[in-house]
Amino acid sequence: MKTTVLIIGGGIAGTAIARELSKYDVDVTLVEKEKDIAFGGPTKANTAIIHAGYDDKPGTTAAKLCRRGNAKWGRLSSELSIPFRRIGSLVIAFNDDEISVLYELMKRGEANGVQDLRIIMGRELFEMEPNLNRKAAAGLYAPSAGVTSPYEAAIALAENARMNGVSFLLETEATGIIIKNGKVKAVQTNRGTIHTRYIINAAGLFADEVSAMAGIEEFKITPRKGEYVIYDKNLRSLVNHILFPIPSPISKGITVTPTVDGNLIAGPTAHDIEDKRDASTTFEGIEEVLRGACKLVPCLSARRDAIISSFSGLRPQPSTGDFIIKSYEEPYGFINVSGIKSPGLTSAPAIAEMVVEILRAEGLRLEMKSDFKPYRRPIEHPFRDFNPAKAEALIDQDRSYGHVVCRCEHVSEGEILEAIRRGATTLDGVKYRTRAGMGRCQGGFCTPHIIKILARELGIPVEDVTKKGGDSKVLLYRAKHLLIGDEKE
Amino acid sequence: MIKRKLDIIVIGGGAAGLAAAIAAKESGVNSVLVLERNPELGGILPQCIHTGFGLHYFKENLTGPEYISRFISRVHDLEIEYKVETMVLELSPRREVWAVNQHDGLLNLKADAIVLAMGCRERSRGALCIPGTRPAGIFTAGTAQRLMDIEGFLPGRKVLILGSGDVGLIMARRFAMEGAEVMGVVEVAPYPGGLDRNLQCLRDFGIPLYLRHAATFIHGSDRVEAVTISRLDESGKPIAGEEKTIECDTLILSVGLIPENELSKGAGIQLDPNTGGPVVDENMETSIEGVFACGNVVHVHDLVDHVTQSGEVAGKNAAKKVLGELPPLERRIHLRPEGNIRYVVPQIISGERPLTLFSRVKKPASNAKIIVGEKISIHKRIVKPPELVTIKLTSELLKKLNPEKKELTVTMEE
Repeated sequence: MKTTVLIIGGGIAGTAIARELSKYDVDVTLVEKEKDIAFGGPTKANTAIIHAGYDDKPGTTAAKLCRRGNAKWGRLSSELSIPFRRIGSLVIAFNDDEISVLYELMKRGEANGVQDLRIIMGRELFEMEPNLNRKAAAGLYAPSAGVTSPYEAAIALAENARMNGVSFLLETEATGIIIKNGKVKAVQTNRGTIHTRYIINAAGLFADEVSAMAGIEEFKITPRKGEYVIYDKNLRSLVNHILFPIPSPISKGITVTPTVDGNLIAGPTAHDIEDKRDASTTFEGIEEVLRGACKLVPCLSARRDAIISSFSGLRPQPSTGDFIIKSYEEPYGFINVSGIKSPGLTSAPAIAEMVVEILRAEGLRLEMKSDFKPYRRPIEHPFRDFNPAKAEALIDQDRSYGHVVCRCEHVSEGEILEAIRRGATTLDGVKYRTRAGMGRCQGGFCTPHIIKILARELGIPVEDVTKKGGDSKVLLYRAKHLLIGDEKE
Repeated sequence: MIKRKLDIIVIGGGAAGLAAAIAAKESGVNSVLVLERNPELGGILPQCIHTGFGLHYFKENLTGPEYISRFISRVHDLEIEYKVETMVLELSPRREVWAVNQHDGLLNLKADAIVLAMGCRERSRGALCIPGTRPAGIFTAGTAQRLMDIEGFLPGRKVLILGSGDVGLIMARRFAMEGAEVMGVVEVAPYPGGLDRNLQCLRDFGIPLYLRHAATFIHGSDRVEAVTISRLDESGKPIAGEEKTIECDTLILSVGLIPENELSKGAGIQLDPNTGGPVVDENMETSIEGVFACGNVVHVHDLVDHVTQSGEVAGKNAAKKVLGELPPLERRIHLRPEGNIRYVVPQIISGERPLTLFSRVKKPASNAKIIVGEKISIHKRIVKPPELVTIKLTSELLKKLNPEKKELTVTMEE
């Protein structure tokens, strides 16, 4: 196989770069080791916030790209139909010392070019957030902050990139990099060698390992675990803005945030761990999240019954403390897009543009395509914000939209079929594209139905349907298999 | 879009809904429509292939499919209209229903009376926040039961069951009968959550029951590989050093049922925080006039026989409402649970007619007296949380009530 630019990693950074490059007349391939886009790690499990840009130290790459990225989300989300709402954020201070931190953050934000920051006190604060802890003294309001759906964003970017000619190779893991005469030649994978002139290392948690394959060992990635809980949509009206506590030296702290889908999310914790594959939740972690959440919104302490899920995500924390986005004299053609921790999601569209500039500087000729298609149609969700006329029109076109499969999120068979047509091959793939199984019953009712639909559409036995690829098979045997064996045998 | 006006719409075609529809039709109401989201009528019963159903109602020991088929036949005999694979999307306080299915498309329905019979759903792993990884191989007991006994699949071969509720105990036996290795049943409480007769499932197959234990970690990246369970102290906290890691490929959760009231909430129907279901009066009418509720959507029952009976009450009264024969209650006396009484249904009675109250206790007790108001006292030899406690209020007993009272407490003396 041969390509001109090979992107390693199908997370938010890799897919944003793929989509940006698909505007140009150049041969681009993206490899992802997992079964689907965004399955790998940080992209599927984070707070889903588009940050305003006051957190990072002025002068850092993260600070620069965060503000630039934030400004691009409006257009990006409308071109690609990515759910996105600019709901604004509030950093909450509880005493004078914390209020002085708000002023520091505001100053930092202004230095980073963030506009409209404002400190809010007294009655106005509680009018904005009626359920905020009454002991709160002030809040730093950033109207440009927003919420999105990171895995839907990565999927949308990938779909649009593919529409514009980028090749995607899933379940393809980079195992080595071939360098000749100081230049990148090829990437070895579990599925063969791919010859390429440029390598973009967007391998997330594993970016240090991929970088080492190219002989560059100037940084380490530490997985920083963040645990979360998700609350039922019944609580959607409890909180209006993204609520942050005062940041700690290593983290923005445990937030309480309305999700773009109408749930509430609380988290994350921030603990450095050893194992890059250990995305487990812990008893202590969940307790810490709940303590943090209840400090901001005390009435949550009585609503443990409204928790519908908990999960943890790993942020790729670079030893340098800042994004590592650069090319090298040697090996020529290798570009790191590494250490994309928070605010990586916010920055992704700006990271992508920066990578294009680096490629240009490295001598890649990039000419705009005349037939670039900037728009991506969303999967229609006729019952999500129930609109009878829209639902009826859709059902008239395709009866399968009349069959509601997921009761909690009101997802129809039509949506699931469309998700499969767009590349979903697993239960999680369907879930990330449609929300089927993400509601309050967590897939109890719809899982058997979706397994059958997946098997039918993919033409595979029901027992081969997986949750997320690999060995994650859901139904191991036919009934009576252990008693009389399988008819097929 | 189909627009229709009906006399009665029953939401849910399980045991409660079918009983309500049959009772309504037999009471002389013509246009009754049952809406069911599954591909078949019967709710959960078609997948309950064990016996134990109908002992009270039919005085026979039936399987779930046998029990419910009697009602399904009756629905056909009475030519009651029903729609399966039909999802109700919205219910308005003016008794308008938005529903959808593949055949009709959108349905915009209105009725003089609505009967809520949506049943309940199972509490998930997420709601419990069980720590650990998120692999494949975690199922709620009801889902596993459907997979096994309707769809014909065996989810795994080495199974741990969390929660000793009835479905959990029955699934322990079902897995054992399929040749799977059942590693144990784990229960947080110091006593089992299911009915005594279902504990036999464990004895028959020598399945260990770990009381006062909780699952404290789920292991396995792709598929469940093991589950760590821990002994709990008196306050319910895991005791350090008292863990045990049990290898398994499947974890089954039977950790509670939640009345499914999203439609009720959407319509603004008043709910009882103690039951999770609508507040109903002795006619099974909710806080919205003309909207009735029955079965597990009101509170989680122990026996289907009781579900059927509550459906009959709701169906009969919905019919009376349509026919203009249901006068408002003479008095509305609110029942307030106290002490060991977790809840009482119905929550509102008139005190004029004899009736049976259903109640659940918080903890087991023996030789207890249930006190209604000040003067009514009913002796109970043994009460346990898994079993509904029935409180029969006869005409004799009701005479003892103070007619002035608007609220009565229901409590227990041991």
